[in-house]
Amino acid sequence: MKKTVVTVVGKDSVGIIAKVCTYLANNSVNILDISQTIVDGFFNMMMIVDVAKCSKDFETFGHELEQIGGEMNCIIKAQREDIFDSMHRL
Amino acid sequence: MINIYEVLETNDMIEKENLDVRTITLGISLLNCIDSNLGSLNEKIYNRITTVAKELVPTGKAIEKEFGIPVVNKRISVTPIALIGASACKTPEDFVTIAQTLDKAAKATGVNFIGGYSALVSKGMTESDGLLVRSIPKALASTDFVCSSVNLASTKTGINMDAVKLMGEIVHDTAVETADRDSIGCAKLVVFCNAPDDNPFMAGAFHGVTEADEIINVGVSGPGVMRKALESVRGADFGTLCEKVKKTAFKITRVGQLVAREASKRLGIPFGIIDLSLAPTPAVGDSIADIFEEMGLQRAGAPGTTAALALLNDQVKKGGIMASSYVGGLSGAFIPVSEDQGMINAVEDGALTIEKLEAMTCVCSVGLDMIAIPGDTKPSAISGIIADEMAIGMINQKTTAARLIPAIGKGTGETVEFGGLLGHAPVMPVNQFECSSFINRGGRIPAPVHSFKN
Repeated sequence: MKKTVVTVVGKDSVGIIAKVCTYLANNSVNILDISQTIVDGFFNMMMIVDVAKCSKDFETFGHELEQIGGEMNCIIKAQREDIFDSMHRL
Repeated sequence: MINIYEVLETNDMIEKENLDVRTITLGISLLNCIDSNLGSLNEKIYNRITTVAKELVPTGKAIEKEFGIPVVNKRISVTPIALIGASACKTPEDFVTIAQTLDKAAKATGVNFIGGYSALVSKGMTESDGLLVRSIPKALASTDFVCSSVNLASTKTGINMDAVKLMGEIVHDTAVETADRDSIGCAKLVVFCNAPDDNPFMAGAFHGVTEADEIINVGVSGPGVMRKALESVRGADFGTLCEKVKKTAFKITRVGQLVAREASKRLGIPFGIIDLSLAPTPAVGDSIADIFEEMGLQRAGAPGTTAALALLNDQVKKGGIMASSYVGGLSGAFIPVSEDQGMINAVEDGALTIEKLEAMTCVCSVGLDMIAIPGDTKPSAISGIIADEMAIGMINQKTTAARLIPAIGKGTGETVEFGGLLGHAPVMPVNQFECSSFINRGGRIPAPVHSFKN
């Protein structure tokens, strides 16, 4: 399992989650956890996904998500989970 | 599992508070390149560096993408060149050809600095050390990425005052050689007391002879993150303040540790140390001076600044040491003037002087860093400032350094511009009283006694 954190930050609009999930499903990425909150009026969503079976390399995966974000006026980032784990877990 | 608030905290640090990994520095031993023929020595050096460091920059970039954290600099440090060139170089000009080879290798590998154009002369100077030191002005003027350092003193050996005298002249000559570019050569030249063998930060990085063939050292940063974290403990007592600094330093260092481990694995090169320095940049908010202001000082340099820096430096170390088993290099808080907008403001407002900075270096992690002084400052006065700084390091058993920039053609109140990470610096006044009779004595200051501390 290769855990990756996908974050979506931006103005709330219809279909954000649907669009991201469709992309993930099309690329055989499994969603393990999903949560969302509003901070300072901005929509924040975080997904923990497993990219072990992803059909694309990490760079392309991250780049394409970024593009989907651009189309919906929000910022989508994909980061390996390790960076959060090492900072927040002993 | 990680929750959304933790993810947001990390990403806020990266996006809003300038958290980054400041440098992945690849240390390369050049001992196996030694040759008595200058041509083949240069060829071996070039081949060794470009072979070992081939994947350094692409690896740094890949890590940056995957973890979503900027890895600002990828750099190389090599064995002190005074050792490597000892058998081939007969003149300072011979050494300059090695500097040019290092520069070429740096450009070929895509790194932005290469350190190790260095000599270790804390007790005495070999002929080769002397030739290298004399070649520094030309070497730095004819290269872009080469950084030079000279270790002039140590707690165990005392201060080599002959070398201190010589370096006053070399710093001055380097400024003159690069006068057309605001004396930028001096921004790439630093003198040390107790220089560490594994420092990943420029201009003082070199690959010590105590090190393995190749090693990955990582420098982390994050003054902006620290300042932001301290906002939440405004007005609280010192216990709370220290706890906050420590916890924040821990988080920052853990990221550095992750990047270091990953870079080491991908490059197949052992991991050396994390240098957990708070290294400011000219970006607004990425400043050590701003941390002092957040702690309650009106400006860096106000009474209380040395105490504030002492607690910051110590708590950063405490938090960092918990986060990584292998901590080394300089580790603490850097207080460069030109690279820190808050420090620049403090100088321009008249709050911060060289004398106060000198006092601060007793408790910071390095020393007088990136300080522009009037271009007409005498070499003996430069030596005097260096000697003071070396003495602080020697007596206090710590690393100290001096990176002074005589701004040729400029006086107090004017500004030198370097651009990029090096920033700009206001020219600071230097005490005008003479010290040449002291500096001209020659010889060594003996090592200090380690007992009877008071």
